[in-house]
Amino acid sequence: MKGRVSLWLGLGLTLVFALAAAVSFLWVPQDVTQLAIANKMKPPSLAHLLGTDHLGRDILSMIMVGARTSIAVALVAVGIGMGLGVPLGLTAAAHRGGWLDEIIMRGNDLVFAFPSLIIAILITAVFGPSALNAIIAIGIFNIPVFARVTRGAALSLWTRDWIMAARVAGKGKARISVEHILPNVLNLLIVQGTIQFSLGILAEAGLSYVGLGAQPPTPSWGRMLAESQTMISLAPHMAIFPGLAILLTVLGLNLMGDGLRDWLDPRLRRAR
Amino acid sequence: MTYRKFLAASALALIASGAWAKTDIIVGMQLEPPHLDPTSAAAGAIDSVLYSNVFEGLTRFASDGSIVAGLAKSWDISEDGLTYTFHLNEGVKFHDGTDMNAEDVKFSLDRARAADSQNAQKALFAGIASVDVVDPATVKVTLSAPNGAFLFNMAWGDAVIVAPESIENIKQAPVGTGAFKFANWVQGDRIELAKNDGYWGTPAKLDAVTFKFISDPTAAFAAVMAEDVNVFAGFPAPENLAQFGADPRFLVLVGSTEGETILSTNNKMPPFDNVKVREALAHAINRQEIIDGAMFGYGTPIGTHFAPHNPDYVDLAAQSAYDPELSKKLLAEAGFPDGFKTTLKLPPPSYARRGGEIIAAQLRAVGIETEISNLEWAQWLEEVFKGKDYGLTIVSHTEPADINIYARPEYYFQYDSAAFQGLMADLNNATDPAKRSEILKAAQKMIADDYVNGYLFQLAALSVANAKVKGLWTNAPTQATDLTAVYWEE
Repeated sequence: MKGRVSLWLGLGLTLVFALAAAVSFLWVPQDVTQLAIANKMKPPSLAHLLGTDHLGRDILSMIMVGARTSIAVALVAVGIGMGLGVPLGLTAAAHRGGWLDEIIMRGNDLVFAFPSLIIAILITAVFGPSALNAIIAIGIFNIPVFARVTRGAALSLWTRDWIMAARVAGKGKARISVEHILPNVLNLLIVQGTIQFSLGILAEAGLSYVGLGAQPPTPSWGRMLAESQTMISLAPHMAIFPGLAILLTVLGLNLMGDGLRDWLDPRLRRAR
Repeated sequence: MTYRKFLAASALALIASGAWAKTDIIVGMQLEPPHLDPTSAAAGAIDSVLYSNVFEGLTRFASDGSIVAGLAKSWDISEDGLTYTFHLNEGVKFHDGTDMNAEDVKFSLDRARAADSQNAQKALFAGIASVDVVDPATVKVTLSAPNGAFLFNMAWGDAVIVAPESIENIKQAPVGTGAFKFANWVQGDRIELAKNDGYWGTPAKLDAVTFKFISDPTAAFAAVMAEDVNVFAGFPAPENLAQFGADPRFLVLVGSTEGETILSTNNKMPPFDNVKVREALAHAINRQEIIDGAMFGYGTPIGTHFAPHNPDYVDLAAQSAYDPELSKKLLAEAGFPDGFKTTLKLPPPSYARRGGEIIAAQLRAVGIETEISNLEWAQWLEEVFKGKDYGLTIVSHTEPADINIYARPEYYFQYDSAAFQGLMADLNNATDPAKRSEILKAAQKMIADDYVNGYLFQLAALSVANAKVKGLWTNAPTQATDLTAVYWEE
C-alpha cells in the first residue's frame, strides 16, 4: 500500500471525474442549455456551487457535462490508437527486419514527425470543427505511439525460448502474436493507454480552446477556458474551475499511469 | 543674430510649440491592414489607419457622419443633377512633394472605375460617365444618371485621391495628401506615421503616431492597463470596459457605428423562403438579452437595416418585438408546429460567438433547433458569404448606409424583391433630400415587413483612451481613426 499512494490518488481523482460525467447523464444542478443572462458571472454561492458563467449557466453543471465530452473524446481516441496501433506493432515485430516491418515503422515515423496539434487543426479546419473530427484527429496520432510501444516490447519477447517452443510446436506468427505476445505486452499497453488518455483530454481541451472541438452549446472545458479569458479579472472563478478540472483529471490519470506501471512491472515488484 | 536674441527666440519657440505637452501617441487596434492601399481592398483596417490621416478624398466624413468638403473646397451641381464641378483647394501637395491637381483627381477616379480596377466598392463609381480636367484646380465629373448619394460616395476611403507618380508602391509606402505621412511599417507589429509639415489645411497637433496591432482581447486589456498604448480604437472586449470606466486614468468612449448586427437568414433556403417562418424567427429573438449577454449592455436595438443615429432612421423594433408565443403560432401556421432544424454559422467576433449561443437558446425555446459551427473569417467568407451554404449566421454590416445591399438578389442572404430593387433605383435618381429621405424610410419599412433578416442591434463604437487625450471621434460613421485633431491635454 505504501508504494501505491500515487496509484490510489490517481484512481481517486479519475473516478471523481468519471463519476461526475456518469451522473450528468441523469442529473445536473442546472440544464446547461438554459441561459439566464440576468444571473451572469455570479461568484460561487449555495445556489451555484462554482458560480455562473457569462451567460448565466451553472459552471458545476457545465464541468460535469464537459467531463463527458472530454472523456468520450479521449476514450474513443485511445480506442482508435490501440485498435490500429497494437496490431500494427505486433505485425511489425513478427516480421522484424522484413519489408513489412520497414513500411509500418517508417509510416509511423512519418505520422510522428508531424506536430500532432497542428495536424489536428488541419483536419478540423478541412472537415469542419466538431467533436467527431477532434476524436479522429487525436486518434490518428495515438496510432504510432501504440505501434511503437507494442513493437518494442514484442521484439524482446520474440527472442525468448518459450516463443521458440511455440514456433517449434507449429504455431504461425499471427497466432503466436495474439496468444503469447499480446498478453505479455498488455500491462505496458494499459500504462501507455492511461498516459495517452490524459494527453487526449489535454488535446481535446486544446482543440476546443481554439474553437475546433465540440461546438456550442455542448459544453467543453477548453472552450469554457477560452470564453473566460477576457473576463478573468472580473470573474476569475470562470477560468479557475474549468482549469482545475483539466489539471486534476490529467494529474489523476498520470498518477494512475505511474502507479499502474510500478504495480504491473514485475521487476519493480521484486525490488520491493 | 546675437546670442541674446537667439535665446529669446528659442524660449519663444519652446512656449509656442507647447513643449510640455506630449506630441506622440500610440493607438492600439485589433486588426492589421493586409496592405496600405485603401483603393484596392475591402479590409476596413486599411481605412482605420489611413483614412483622413494619410489619404483624403474630394469630400470627407465628419465625426458626426455628415459630408463636408475635403480636397474639393466647393462644388457646383448642374440643374439636371448630372454634372458635378469640383473646385479643388490650391497649393495641395502629396507627401512626395508633387502637386495635387485636377489631373490626379481624374487619375484616381478613372483608376477606380476602370474595368480592371481592384477597387472593393466599384459601385461607388459605377454612375460616372466621364471625368474631365477643366483647369488644374477644377474637375468636372459627368454622371450617366442622377445620383443623390454621389458626394457621399466620394467621401469613402475607397474614393481617396492618389497620385500616378506614387501609385506603384502604394501598398507598401502610401503617399497621400493628409496631415500625417507614412513613416514605417513593421509587419505584424506596428505602423508609424509622422506629421506632414507641408500640410495644406489645419496642421496636425501630434508629431508622431504609432498604430500598434494587438489581436488578442486579453493582450489588448493588458496593454491598455499597463499604458503601453494611449488609445485603443475599437476595443474588442466590452466586458472590460466597466473596469476602464472605474479607473480615472482612462476614458471610455461609447459611440455609434454603422454596424447593423443582424441574424442573416438565407432567404432562398427552405423553410426560410416562407415569410411566416422569418416572421416567427423575428419574434423568437429577445434583443435586449443578446445585447446584455453578448455585448454587456453596449448596443442599440434595431428593427431594420439602418443606423439609429441617421436622421432618416425609422424605429421598427416594436414590429418584431420578442413574443415567443406568437412565434410558435406563426411556425404552426407555416406548417412547422414542431419546429425544424437549421444551421447557425458564426464568425469569430464575440458579438457573433456569444450572441449565437444566446440566439440558439432563444430559438430552441420556440422549437427551432440550430446546429452551431464556429468558423474563422476565411471559412465564413467561403462557406457563407460566397457559398451561401448556411441557414442562419450573425454578422455586423459596418459599411455606411448600406441598405442598398438588399437590392442585390445574389447577395449572400439572397433577398430577391423587385419592389425593393425599384425603390433603390428611385433612390439613385432622386437628388431632392426630402424625396430621398422618404424613399429611405419606405425601404426600411419594406425589409422589416418582409422580415428579411433578424435585426438585432447597432454595434457600439467602443474605444478606451488615456483621459488626457482629446479630440478623438466618439462615433464611427466610417472605418477611421481620425487623429488630425487629437492632442494631449496638459
